[in-house]
This record gives sequence, structure tokens and C-alpha cells, in this order.
Amino acid sequence: MTNLLEVKDLTMRFGGLLAVNGVSLSVKEKQIVSVIGPNGAGKTTVFNCISGFYIPTGGDVVFQGRPMQGKPGHLIAREGMVRTFQNVRLFKEMTVIENLLVAQHMHAEHNLLKGFFLTPGYRKKEKELMDRAAHWLDRVGLLEFANREAGNLAYGQQRRLEIARCMVTEPKLLMLDEPAAGLNPNETKELDELIMHLRDDHGVSVMLIEHDMGLVMGISDHIVVINQGAPLASGTPAEIQANPDVIKAYLGED
Amino acid sequence: MQSRFTSALFAALLTLLLGSLLLGVTMVSEGIDLVLELSEPHKIYGLIIGAALVFIIQYFKQEVGAVTTRLRGDGSFEMPAFIRTPKQQRLWGFMAVGALLIFPFVSSRGAVDIATLTLIYVMLGLGLNIVVGLAGLLDLGYVGFYAVGAYSYALLNFYFGLSFWVALPIAGLLAALFGFILGFPVLRLRGDYLAIVTLGFGEIIRILLNNWTDLTGGPNGIARIPKPDLFGLEFNRRASEGGQTFHEFFGIPYSSEYKVIFLYLLAFALVLLTLYVINRLIRMPIGRAWEALREDEIACRALGLNPTVIKLTAFTIGASFAGFAGSFFAARQGFISPESFTFIESAIILAIVVLGGMGSQLGIILAAMAMTILPEMAREFDEYRMLLFGLMMVLMMIWRPQGLLPMKRPHLELKRD
Amino acid sequence: MSESIFYFLQQVTNGLTIGSTYALIAIGYTMVYGIIGMINFAHGEVYMMGTYVAFIALAGLSMLGIDNPLLLIGLALMVSIMVASAYGFTIERVAYRPLRSSKRLIALISAIGMSIFLQNYIRLAQGSRDIAMPSLIQGGFLMGDPNGSHIMISYMQIIIMISTVICMVGLTLFITRSRMGRACRACSQDIGMTNLLGINSNNVIAVTFVIGAALAAVAGMLLGLYYGVVNPYIGFMAGLKAFTAAVLGGIGSIPGAMLGGLILGVTESLTAGYLTAEYKDVVAFSLLVLILLFMPSGILGKPEVEKI
Repeated sequence: MTNLLEVKDLTMRFGGLLAVNGVSLSVKEKQIVSVIGPNGAGKTTVFNCISGFYIPTGGDVVFQGRPMQGKPGHLIAREGMVRTFQNVRLFKEMTVIENLLVAQHMHAEHNLLKGFFLTPGYRKKEKELMDRAAHWLDRVGLLEFANREAGNLAYGQQRRLEIARCMVTEPKLLMLDEPAAGLNPNETKELDELIMHLRDDHGVSVMLIEHDMGLVMGISDHIVVINQGAPLASGTPAEIQANPDVIKAYLGED
Repeated sequence: MQSRFTSALFAALLTLLLGSLLLGVTMVSEGIDLVLELSEPHKIYGLIIGAALVFIIQYFKQEVGAVTTRLRGDGSFEMPAFIRTPKQQRLWGFMAVGALLIFPFVSSRGAVDIATLTLIYVMLGLGLNIVVGLAGLLDLGYVGFYAVGAYSYALLNFYFGLSFWVALPIAGLLAALFGFILGFPVLRLRGDYLAIVTLGFGEIIRILLNNWTDLTGGPNGIARIPKPDLFGLEFNRRASEGGQTFHEFFGIPYSSEYKVIFLYLLAFALVLLTLYVINRLIRMPIGRAWEALREDEIACRALGLNPTVIKLTAFTIGASFAGFAGSFFAARQGFISPESFTFIESAIILAIVVLGGMGSQLGIILAAMAMTILPEMAREFDEYRMLLFGLMMVLMMIWRPQGLLPMKRPHLELKRD
Repeated sequence: MSESIFYFLQQVTNGLTIGSTYALIAIGYTMVYGIIGMINFAHGEVYMMGTYVAFIALAGLSMLGIDNPLLLIGLALMVSIMVASAYGFTIERVAYRPLRSSKRLIALISAIGMSIFLQNYIRLAQGSRDIAMPSLIQGGFLMGDPNGSHIMISYMQIIIMISTVICMVGLTLFITRSRMGRACRACSQDIGMTNLLGINSNNVIAVTFVIGAALAAVAGMLLGLYYGVVNPYIGFMAGLKAFTAAVLGGIGSIPGAMLGGLILGVTESLTAGYLTAEYKDVVAFSLLVLILLFMPSGILGKPEVEKI
């Protein structure tokens, strides 16, 4: 099976600081890969480099056989690699449904004249966007909140909305940066089920950064451990749990 | 209690110190020497009253704070009960349009003239609102595009004899082209840098107009720009060669009022068109993208939206409205010079957008009216107009950054069956 | 041949003179930007008011019978610095401090409003006409052949350059040696952290505005005497130029502002001397646009990393 995403020797340097040093990883189709590591290990920087928010200093990022490094973030997103952020980044003053419509911008009708004159084609396109948005709201259980302002949702709902907002773009790879942060155990369990369901029924691959080890060990097919910007270990959850280096990195030297 | 008094006293004394030299004395040239004179009494009184006001405000700071917190509101603005539903709003809209159509026939020539000027500012405010209010880009050089529009018509007419109606769309397109060319490289800059760069562009355009004397007439400007005609009918007393005048065609006696009314109606039509276009735009994908971009550019990028293209659309469309307004302005005035397109003009348009409530069309219309009609009603006010508007901009940002009439882009509702 | 060299040197000298005043004003932009990340749009108006106060003080003092030019200038400079600093302090307190946590654009609009307000305040108080000041210091050094090619450095130019150097040295000592200066530097690194360490960042910000205003007043006084006229509108262009200088040198960097001011002054002067005087402002603005596009961190600034 070919790799959906292949990252080789990724390096990111900020001035004198080597934030990411030679990280390699790969994600196969319908695989869930987790990136873990202590705070400040450089996990988010790895995400930023892969998703085009930073231009990596060195290394290769290949997605579906095509090189991605150096491309701007919005183009990478259009290739089917869509991400969330550590802190919720919804369009807070827009309604829930509008958040999902904006996310489908690349599928929308861009001809301004068709919009001015409300042609049938334009109306049809808009209805399609609306239907897809409604479909995904239903999936994440937010349909009843469709016309609320996104900023007024509860925190756990905002997290789910973010995932739905990624899914309406029909991505191949979903990158989640600490999706369980701030969720209660119940919500975390729901999130766990949602991620599995996305993988199993919608065929997306998932890459996530997460601190909740219960979640990580439960759903990951593969785990990459990073410490101080450098790769420390990688393997199945069972291998990682047994790896002495990982235990040392998490618990300290002594 | 003690500290409350001392801090108030300190503030009042500071006001006196700040004002005493600059307001209390006036410089007068005597021969080659510069001498000081005590200022006119009203300035001195102003200084004393100002210091007293500062003392009072500072002393009752908590009480003032409570009032301003209420002023600030929660950001939402509820329309009065009788214009809340879309149906009611449409009804009021039609009534307003009707009243404005009748207005020029029942008012004095001067009033109609001012109303026309107001309409130009409404158009400029609505156009800049696309850029500032909807897309969240601070454009301080908007007047540059206004100048492009005005000079487009003036020059196309002067060199090629093009009529207003032919030049109008060209002027809009040229302004849009300028917006596109200037916007393309700079729109990836961060917000406040963008503001300064656009300011620079506006100034560059003005300096070019001022110095490229061969083409633009330099500081002397361009005069005798013809007024628009109505399907070939002119509003002059005598027809130009091969033309026909309005009053001859209808067999009525000549009156210069026809021209004034016609210009008003034309401006009104342009404003209605602008309103229609903007109201369509904000309901279209691009309108949603503008708002999303204003809220969170990084999230937009993560979802595959190209920020530069979206900003450029706002910038270009906004500029084209300035172009239309500019060519109308040139036609109405009959004379333009670079002096009409200084930074202060940009600041006035920005003040209209900011005071009206960024994003709110009704607010902008009201602010444009305040900006142009108040100085006409009270001549003394004209002197203090910019002073007050500057002050208002500061106070608005502190108390009500969302403007007097903040209004949301119409939400798209998911209809449930 | 030698004539063209003299001409060139003369242009450079004039450029350095203007450039050092740009540098003085630019410090105010760069320090404020370094600490609270906002463009103090009203800074140019502080400079303009500094010139007005200096002229008023000069006129008042000479009416009191003081006629030693250096004493006059020194006293007027003190008055101008005092009043301008008070304005700087008040502007920050009134128009910016309540907006500390708002979006950048909100603060910038407030600053623009402040600038419009101050400009019109002076227009209403002192009239919109040019006010001319008889020159206090005349003459200068002449190098070369008085009847042929020569270069003329006026005493006023020398005073401007010396004053600028004194201000810069003083500022550098303040920033590096004093306790407050260290607090300023700490704030420009991380204002939240500085607060945690028990430094009152509000005071530091106020001091920044006061220093910026004081230096702008020095520039206002010097340039006012150099040109001999003032009107309420000079702040706008001078502010833009100084901002350009700050960006050119790398905004947030004090040595950068000094360097940027000098480079801009010389560039402008050479443009006016060799190409065209009408377009020298266009050159300054074009320079601003080009730097922002291709070298946004300027000559000495640090690149900004977008926080995600």
C-alpha cells in the first residue's frame, strides 16, 4: 500500500533555534497516526511545516506522490490536507452553518455575475453547499444549532464543529492538533468514536497531536514520538508503551 | 476620596499646561519679528472650560464609566419594533426611496445640491465599507481611486471627447484596475502596514496628478468638464454643436434647476445600484469569505481559501465604486484639481464608515448625511467639523468600536422542513 | 569635475541634516511599535506641535529681552520638550491605553482620529497660515572656493547634527544603563512576562511615549529653525517620512531608526538634487512600499514569526 503522506528529514530552524530536527513519518490510507511528545517538543511546529504554515528549512513532504514543501497553506489544504489548531479557530460571529459554507468556498460558484442575477445554476450550487453542510452538522450532532452564532456554542460543540468544518472540504488527510484538549472524559469518548467513524465510513486518514494517552493508545495505528524537536521513537501503541526511551523522556532521567 | 480629587486636579492642570501655550497665546508677525498676543477671549474661555470639564470627568470617572459601559452595549443592535421583519424593512425601504425621489421637486435648489453631495459621500462610504467594514482591510488611500475615476472622465472627455455615459464604466474599470495593480503586491502585508502603504499610494497618485502637468494640467486642474446628458438631451441653455437641449425637446422654458434635479436623480440611481450590488455581494460566497477572512485569516488558509485573492476582490470592487463616484463628481463639479483628493478626503470617508458602524449600510448613509448636511446647517460647525470628527473617531473606538449602528451581514439560515 | 563632487557633497550634507531629524522622529515610532506593536499615527502631529511650542517660546522669550541666540534656543528647546512630552503622555493615556487589548486596527483608527483632532486643534488655535520665524543663527562654514565650486555647511546644520548625536547618545545610555531603560527593553521582548516580574508595564509604555514625544519636539524645534516656517499640516508628511525611516531601519530597532533616517534623508536629497524635486516624496513612498514588500524586517530589524 502506498503512503498517503511521506515526511522525510523535516527540519525547521528559527534563527539559532533548531525547533524540528530530522523528523520523518508516514501516513497510509485510512490510517490514524499520532504524534506525541512532552510539551515544547516541536509537535505543532511539525504540523505547521507539513500543512504549509511554515516553510520548512529542510526535508521533504510528499502528499499523494506530489511534493508539498514550500507550498502555501491554502494550496496544500486544497490538495486534501486539512487541519485544526490547538486553540479553537472558528469564525465566531458567523453562524454554525455559515462556518461550514465558508469552508466549502473552493466548491462554490465564483462567477460574480451569476451571483448578481441569481441564475438557476448559482442557486443549485448554493443548495448543494447547504445540503452538504447540513449533512455534516447532523453527523456531529449539531444540526439543531445550525443558525446559532458559532461563538455561542459550548466548548465541546465548538471542537466538533471544527472537525465538521474540515470534513465538508472532503479531505484525504485530517490533521487534528490536540482535539481532546479541554474536553471532559465523556466528550473525549465521543471524539474517539467520531474519529474512528470518520476513518471507517469516510475513508479519511487522520494525523493527530494529543496529550490524552488513553485516546492516543486506543485509536492510533501508529505513533511517532518527538522529543526536543528530534524523533525519539515510532511504532505501534504497544511498542511505544514498552519503549524505555519514551518512558525516560516522559518521566525524566532519574 | 483624597486621591480622586488629586488625580482630577492633576488632569485639569495638565490640560491647562497643554493648552496654555498653544491656545492661550497666538503668534503674530510684526515686521520680520514674531510676537505673541493673548488669544481671543473665546479661546481662553475654551481653555478654562476644557480644564473644568476634564476635572469633572476625571472626578466622576466611575459614574462616567458606568454610563459608557451601557453605551458600549453588547455589540448587538436591535431595530425598533416597526422595522424588524424583512417585510417591514422592505416597506420602509420603498417609502424612503419614494420620499427621496419626490424630494428634489419640492425642495430648494441649494438643498438638492447638498443632497447630491451627500449621495456622492454615501457611495464612497459604501464602497470603502466593502474594504474596511466587510473585509477588514484598512485602506487609507481610498481617495486615490476616487481621483482615478474623476480624472478618467475628465481626461477621456478632454482628449477623446467621450461622453459621461461612455466614460462612467471606463472610469469604474480603470479605478478597479488601479486597485488590482496596487493591491496585488501589498495585500499580503499585515493590517497596519497595509494601511500605511495604501496611504502612500493615495499620496503618490495625488503627487503625480499635481506634477504631470502636460497630461493633467497640474495644480490648475481640468475645467469645463461637461455635465451628463439624458439620452442625448443636454441641460445647458444652448445646445452644443449637433446636440439638443432638454428644455427645447420638451418645449418648456429653460431653467437651471432641471440640471440640478437631474444630477441628484442620477446620483440617487448610482447609490441604489451600489446598494443592490453590495447587498448581493454580501450574500454570495465572496461576501461570506470576506467576513471569514476578517475574523480569522489563519483558519481561512487552513480551509483552502486564498487570502490574497479574497482581499484583492474586496479591494478591486471597492476601488471601482470610488471610480464611479469620482467620474460623477467630475461631471457635477465641472472642474477638478488634485486639491480635491488629499488625505483628508480619505479620512473623511473613513470617518463616515467608522462612525456609521463598520459593515452597516444604514449607518453609513446616516453618517454621510451628518458629515455633509450638518456643516451646511450651521456655518460655524464647518470650522470645527474635522476637529469633532477626529475626536469622535477616538471616542467611538473606545466606547463603541462597532459604530453607532452596527449591523450584521445577513445570516444565511438553514431552513428546516 | 571637482564641481560635481562639491555638488554631490552638498547634497549629502543637506540630506544628512534632514535625515537626522527624520531619525529623531522615527525613534518615537520605533519604540512604541517595539513595545505595544501599534503605529502611533499621531506622532507626526506631536512633532508639529513641538515646532509651534518652540516658536511661541522663542517669540515669548525674545519679548522678555533675551537675545543670546544659543540661550534662546536652549530655553525654547526645554519648553518645547516639556509641553510635547506632556502631549505624548496624554495622547497615550486618552486614546491608546483604553484600547490596549483591542484589535490593532481599532487602535490605529483611534490614532488616526487623534492625528486629525490635533491637526485641527492647532489650525483653530494658531491659524492655518504659514508662520515665519526670523532666523536666529546665520552663516556657516564654507569649504572650497567662495567664487567657484564650494560646499556650504551652515551653523544651523551643524547644530542640528550635534543635537541629534547628543540625543542619540543620551537615549542609548538611557536604554542600556538605566533601570527604566532595561524595563523598556524587557517590555519589547515580552510585555506579559514583564508584568509578571513586577514591572509596571503601563509606566514603561508611558515613558516610551514621553521619550518619543521629547525627541520629536527636538526635531520640531531644529527643523522649524532650519526652514523658518511652520503650519499645522507639516506633521503629516514628516510623520510619514519618519515612519518610512523606521521601517527602513527595521521597526522596533532604535539603531535601525537612526540609520533609516539618515539613509532616507540622503536618498531624498540626492533625488531632489539630481533627478527631480517634485517627485522626492514619491521616492520616499515608493521606498516604503518596496521595503515592506521585499524586506519587511528592514535593515536591522528581526524577522517576525507568525504565531499560530
